[in-house]
Amino acid sequence: MDMITTDIVIVGAGGAGLRAAIAIAEENPDLDIALLSKVYPMRSHTVAAEGGAAGVAKDNDSLDNHFNDTVTGGDWLCDQDAVDLFVEQAPKELTQMEHWGCPWSRDSDGGVAVRPFGGMKVERTWYAADKTGFHMLHTLFQTSLKYPAIKRYDEFYSTDLLVVDGRCCGVAAIEMRSGQLRLFRAKAVIIATGGAGRIFPFTTNGAIKTGDGMAMAYRAGVPLKDMEFIQYHPTGLPGTGILITEGSRGEGGILVNKDGYRYLQDYDLGPPDPWPRKKAMELGPRDRLSQAFWHEHQKGRTIDTPHGDVVHLDLRHLGEKMINERLPMVRDLAISYVGIDPVDAPIPVRPVVHYTMGGIDCDIEAKTSLDGLFAAGECACVSINGANRLGSNSLTELLVFGARAGRGAAKLAAASRSHTDETAIREQAQIAQNRVRKLFLNVGGGESIAGLRREMNITMEAGAGIYRTEESLNRSCAVMNDLRDRYARVELEDKSNVYNTDLIQALELGAMIDVAGAIATSALNRKESRGSHQRLDFKERNDETYLKHSLAHYDAREAPRIDYRDVVITRSKPGARVYGGESK
Amino acid sequence: MNERQVELEILRYDPETDQQPSFQIYLVPCQEDWVVLDAINYVKDNLDRTLSYRWSCHMAVCGSCGMMINGEPALSCKTFLRDLPETIRIEPLANFPIERDLVVVMDDFMNKLGKVKPYLLPREKKAVENGSYLQSPAQLKKFRQYTLCINCTLCYAACPQYAHNEGFVGPAALALAHRYNLDSRDVGRRARQDVVASNEGIWECSFVGACSDVCPEHVDPAGAIQQTKIASTIDYFKDLILPRRD
Amino acid sequence: MSRKPYVRTTSTSSWWLAQPRYIRYMAREVSCILIGAYSAVVVIGLLRLSEGAAAWISFLESLQSPVSIVFHLLALAFALYHTTTWFNVTPKAMPLQFGQTQLPGGVIIGAHYAGWVLVSALILYLVGI
Repeated sequence: MDMITTDIVIVGAGGAGLRAAIAIAEENPDLDIALLSKVYPMRSHTVAAEGGAAGVAKDNDSLDNHFNDTVTGGDWLCDQDAVDLFVEQAPKELTQMEHWGCPWSRDSDGGVAVRPFGGMKVERTWYAADKTGFHMLHTLFQTSLKYPAIKRYDEFYSTDLLVVDGRCCGVAAIEMRSGQLRLFRAKAVIIATGGAGRIFPFTTNGAIKTGDGMAMAYRAGVPLKDMEFIQYHPTGLPGTGILITEGSRGEGGILVNKDGYRYLQDYDLGPPDPWPRKKAMELGPRDRLSQAFWHEHQKGRTIDTPHGDVVHLDLRHLGEKMINERLPMVRDLAISYVGIDPVDAPIPVRPVVHYTMGGIDCDIEAKTSLDGLFAAGECACVSINGANRLGSNSLTELLVFGARAGRGAAKLAAASRSHTDETAIREQAQIAQNRVRKLFLNVGGGESIAGLRREMNITMEAGAGIYRTEESLNRSCAVMNDLRDRYARVELEDKSNVYNTDLIQALELGAMIDVAGAIATSALNRKESRGSHQRLDFKERNDETYLKHSLAHYDAREAPRIDYRDVVITRSKPGARVYGGESK
Repeated sequence: MNERQVELEILRYDPETDQQPSFQIYLVPCQEDWVVLDAINYVKDNLDRTLSYRWSCHMAVCGSCGMMINGEPALSCKTFLRDLPETIRIEPLANFPIERDLVVVMDDFMNKLGKVKPYLLPREKKAVENGSYLQSPAQLKKFRQYTLCINCTLCYAACPQYAHNEGFVGPAALALAHRYNLDSRDVGRRARQDVVASNEGIWECSFVGACSDVCPEHVDPAGAIQQTKIASTIDYFKDLILPRRD
Repeated sequence: MSRKPYVRTTSTSSWWLAQPRYIRYMAREVSCILIGAYSAVVVIGLLRLSEGAAAWISFLESLQSPVSIVFHLLALAFALYHTTTWFNVTPKAMPLQFGQTQLPGGVIIGAHYAGWVLVSALILYLVGI
């Protein structure tokens, strides 16, 4: 097996991975970087983010405000030391992006413009029309081309972390075009592989969001933290799940039910006027808006369509000029995919899975409990998002923690004098290869990848959706356990070597099954409601028992073991999450 | 929701078993609001697991799913079955070597993207601590259109110059160079000139304009190239009359 | 090792038949040939003029042959096609932006046609028509 020796391996070339690579190249130009990605970097799902990236910008704003909004939005499950660091670094990182050429939208005085966003007291969301993630990703990718130290391995699917003597010293990855497994030996590894929304059937997430990196770390013994917290974005298109940015509400869009009534006022988010108004009504936090939809649906006040129930996002009052200026992609998406021009008619929308608050347990330095392993971005859980993420915090998170992971890995790599012994790492790589080969050797198991995936989708949406019960979660856990057994009997129909996507989908499915098990089990064990984890049988937040992060520990045969760790509380004691009312 | 049956003729190629590509036919029951990608996914999930193709976002922003649909380069996630006849011929993107089935070799494009120095070469040095560069909305508008390229390479598939001369830097790469050249914060036009204003750069282009026709984001790479021709020509004569001192 | 990328070749002679837009492009390019040929005819005419009245009259007579008529009609058609296609793409090559508004393409194209009409009118006037 070919071995490539480098200083640092980064798995994932989205916003966080690219930012980490650039940080390393700038910090220490002598270090070699291998940037691995299962897709070309421009395809990473960062590209689909629309609304913006938050960072204190205005004179009437403060780091304290951003801190409080984030901690409140996260229902006090955020580690407050991490949030302090995050809000402080945010403006710097966003300015750095501007210096690299990011085409931020501008005020008439030439300064960067900011827009209001959900759950935020003062507007601080930097934006590039309604394609912020796209512009950020392309800026980072194009900037990365400046640094010869960054060697890219495009379309390499990483299958396993290689661990020798308790240290992570590399990864095994399949070169997709040849089907050959390659061994990468390094002094530090950063995982930046994104979230796992494809576990669910209706999601804004693209095909590639299958939690591969989460599963790699999980299987290597790193716990997955706060996995039960899955964010439903309130406004996705029915059927496709395509994202309609929160920015459309930031610009003044409203949500109405089948009676044309702005129903959010019934859920402690009102009064409806004056509008727009920060932190109120349609600018409330995402978990509350998605939950309101569920209640409206129970009351029979949502609108029936062939693609399920929807409510209406009305942008007509914004006018054509503003829509073309600030929300051109939203207009195009609505016209193309649901045949509606938002200038003339409201857009049908419903909550769809969007973001994984939980992920690889790491600290404020982006370090995991496994020596040599770092994680950043949606795949990681520091945690700055807690039980519910505020919109536009995650694009900034990619930059702050991507850079942090990069610098941390650079320091570690520079301090490590020698590489891991070749024999030892090759042994680990062989184990990885055998695991992959098994998929080729299975015959007659009768299980199909598409079938197992569908069953996983169905049970997770039914059992671990917006509202959960003991019964629904027990059922999901049981189904996921069963699916894991059945997965061992999956037979590949495509046994070729060159660009075998049957194989890649099989590996992705394996990752999703493991991660889904962590989600369902963590949710079952958290007997309270907090943020985006809502239990119909435990409706209240229980700070005495559950002001803690869940940690799911992988078990190859059984359900994961769950234990808990206290949340870092510094200056904001858990209080009531108050939205709506008068603007303060 | 109405269903109708659609016949997909997909060009298949497995380098380990095939000497050349050949068409395979699939009958797919389709929903009326489906795109071609939905039909292809149906084939993979229900009819033939061996079909390989690229896709991700399903909303025309990642650029993965470019392919030839009835002879035209298009994004399969934004090509609606309602606009197509009942028989649909699907082939990998033209002018690129076929790796496997609908997957083409992208190496040449990735190289060219890097060659044009597609990053900001700032006019003034400024520390991040001192804040952003100022840029008026009018200045942003000048180059915004050229920032919209999703790197889907439909333009390369449409370009007859690229078809006949693989050395051609190509529409998307040249449009990206133009994006930076027009950015008020950038002074890199000279630095990019070697590659951009070379015989295999803008001067290979004969303004067929097919690239702009097929571009799903309306970037207008053809326009970018013609504008660059004018700018480069002016640069050339300026240098002739007033040679630069550096 | 198992890779074997397949390169599809494009015909150098018939590629332009694949799509209407390529046929239109070739027509635009071919128009140069006819315009060039017409220019040659004009130059020959000048030459004959310089050779005296007999040569000039003989030249004018040859212009009236059926072959010549057909050629001139074709050349005129292609010259018009050449002109209109190039006029129509000028906004792409020279976009004009004032403040935040881009001048509509139609204005730039219209200006070209207007210029064409003016110059033609001027020439006809000078010639005494």
